[in-house]
Amino acid sequence: MEGLSGADADLVVYLHPSKSMKVSQGILRELSSLLFKFNKTFGGVLLAYDVNILDKQAKILSGVHPYFGLRLKANLLLFSPKSDMLLEGKVVKLSQESIHVIVLGFSSAIIATENIRGEFKYKTKDEEELFASRSHKRHVIKIGTMIRFSVKR
Amino acid sequence: MGLELPKNPDMDQDNVVNFTDSEIVSHVKDALTSLLSGDSNSYNQLVGVMHHSKQLAPDEVALLETTLKALAGAVSCIDITLHDSLLSAIFSMSLWNYGPHVADALVELIVSLAISNGKYLDLCLGMLVSNFTPPPYFLDKLKLPRGLERKGQVLSRVHAAFKKIADYVPLAPLRLLTMVQQGMPTVYHKDRAILIYVENMLTLESGEIGELVGSTMLMAVVDRLIELDLEIGWDAILQDDFSKGIFEMELEDLEDIVDSAEPDIGEFRLSRKSLAGNSIAELLDNLLVLTFEHLESCERAGRLAKVFETLLRSFLLTVMTAYKSKFTQFVVFYACSLDPENCGMRFAIMLADLFVQDSHPQSTRMSSVAYLASYLSRAKFLSASFISSMLKRLVDWCLEYCNTHDVDINPNAHRVFYSGCQAIMYVLCFRMKVFMDVPRLKSQLLMPLEQILKHKLNPLKVCLPSVVEEFLRQAKAASLFTVSKTFIFDGLLESELSRAFGGLERLDTFFPFDPCLLKRCDSFIRPMFVFWSMVKPTYEDAYDDENDDGSSDDDSIQDFANENEDIMNDVGKSFDEQQLDLDEFDCALKKMSITPKNSFGYKFGGRFQEPTRMPSRIRPSTSPESL
Repeated sequence: MEGLSGADADLVVYLHPSKSMKVSQGILRELSSLLFKFNKTFGGVLLAYDVNILDKQAKILSGVHPYFGLRLKANLLLFSPKSDMLLEGKVVKLSQESIHVIVLGFSSAIIATENIRGEFKYKTKDEEELFASRSHKRHVIKIGTMIRFSVKR
Repeated sequence: MGLELPKNPDMDQDNVVNFTDSEIVSHVKDALTSLLSGDSNSYNQLVGVMHHSKQLAPDEVALLETTLKALAGAVSCIDITLHDSLLSAIFSMSLWNYGPHVADALVELIVSLAISNGKYLDLCLGMLVSNFTPPPYFLDKLKLPRGLERKGQVLSRVHAAFKKIADYVPLAPLRLLTMVQQGMPTVYHKDRAILIYVENMLTLESGEIGELVGSTMLMAVVDRLIELDLEIGWDAILQDDFSKGIFEMELEDLEDIVDSAEPDIGEFRLSRKSLAGNSIAELLDNLLVLTFEHLESCERAGRLAKVFETLLRSFLLTVMTAYKSKFTQFVVFYACSLDPENCGMRFAIMLADLFVQDSHPQSTRMSSVAYLASYLSRAKFLSASFISSMLKRLVDWCLEYCNTHDVDINPNAHRVFYSGCQAIMYVLCFRMKVFMDVPRLKSQLLMPLEQILKHKLNPLKVCLPSVVEEFLRQAKAASLFTVSKTFIFDGLLESELSRAFGGLERLDTFFPFDPCLLKRCDSFIRPMFVFWSMVKPTYEDAYDDENDDGSSDDDSIQDFANENEDIMNDVGKSFDEQQLDLDEFDCALKKMSITPKNSFGYKFGGRFQEPTRMPSRIRPSTSPESL
């Protein structure tokens, strides 16, 4: 699957003084709040991180806010699909108009009818919806199938 | 204005047209795409059908349903900017206005929209959340059977829609969380909208996406409860049941009441304030009952332990840190009563742990032990052995404190210690008779306790006089130990010393689980609550012969009436309490430990009463009593 990448990052985390007793908890919480969200700096959706705290002592920010900053080194797993990349996902819904896919368990994608290869025809067989290929008899797409598709936008 | 359907040459005379679904869908798609080329006729007709949604004739209903279904199939052709009038018409529709078929079609459309494109997700979720509450005209009909039926229809569809959307868009619950929290009606709405909204939040908690959103929902509900709790001033509640107008006017209250200009319409102000307090109190009452019922359903489903963890977290974060929360803590009390072995004990142990740890701030420790003391005294469902083990922890801690601090009395410096001692004495006032019957407990607890009480730090002098007096009276009657000096307090409310250790927050007079003054809540809590009148003090047998003196002082009966929970609640009597008429309540009055010689002061077992003053005297807001 394309679109997944690992990255090494040097980060600085600013913590509120109330977290001074439980610093590692504070850091993990800060980083966790970034999970599954698109981050411009990282250039992708953060999926996972592995963190090492560098400083033994933290530096207090000068100025009005008494937050203290900690430097970290982190390994990040990022997901940033671009156009024409191939992704795999599991089918969750089939309809005449579209196929709904979930990628990596958190990201949803839709493939509209016009983008589905012509050989596939929408059928309802025994109460089950599927897309059957006209050229290859065995090739069907049902709910739960893993499919590969390319990213349009 | 109907949809212009393509003319079918085989159309019957009475205009019955049979089109396949796909034909209708393609027609709608054409209508949508035709807008691009400038032809807006069919599109406008579509929008027209959406808008025309009140008082529909049956065929109009059918048309609406068909249109909605067709739109659901055509979502891929909807453009967020091009078709904004159609979209705004769809999102402003309320499920409460329609019957089941149209509602189904509408929900299907919303779900399809939500999963088709990330841009619509927030809008669709927002539309569903706004359907938590019915339109204003419907609020009154909610109690009627028809209203209830409609409510069931709408809400079941809304929650099913959430589940469906969550299935196809895994991160949707995250968005939903923020929306539900932001959409909460504020305290100032004061109508039943918030009730039904909270009901929905609790349904989300126990629903299919409950795993993801449940704990946040519960914490948000507790936050709202506390907000309402704090809106109710202590005065408004206390004076609710006063027939005589002994009222205090707080400087803060004057600011609240904007309208009245004349300074001497004291009574008018009081009644307005009481009324204002009343409606909020009623709202809080109803919300608390909703929460209690939800907890009951959690218990039936076997989920109470998990929900309780969230509740405890919320309690620590919100309730304990609120200044003298009045009723919200009863949520935890009720949860404990539903599962005494797990939740009940867990709560007490957590409070005790908080108290003994040095790392917590002073006021947290003091308030924690105040909660513990009140809880151990009032919970009918806790076993004597558990209470004694908790007491033992407190006693051991206090004893160690005494041994490491060989210093003289100093209320300010040893606040945590004094609050611990007061807690022990308070619990023993309620439970002493029980312990007397078990000789082993007597030796384990009472010998160290004697050491503590006779220490240089002199807790008997510092702790709240009403508590100390009652404790000593019972201790004497049970021949536990005698103190060399006599402590005479004359029914005093408090002393300088107790005020000193209580501090600005007055944690010396904080008894959080005193009887709940909200009527509906009280009927839930009553069966597992220990009222002071139910306690048999150790001196009781001896007491009936003494003290026949004037307890029928009008004022004291008035105050007593205010505080004695039996009198106040003329509704919801449990099998324990009967209607007390004046004779019985004289007798109950005698059973009270303190026969008030004056009407000032904290009556043991009742609610803390502000000292009564001359009417219409305005107390300066700097005085610590002006809560």
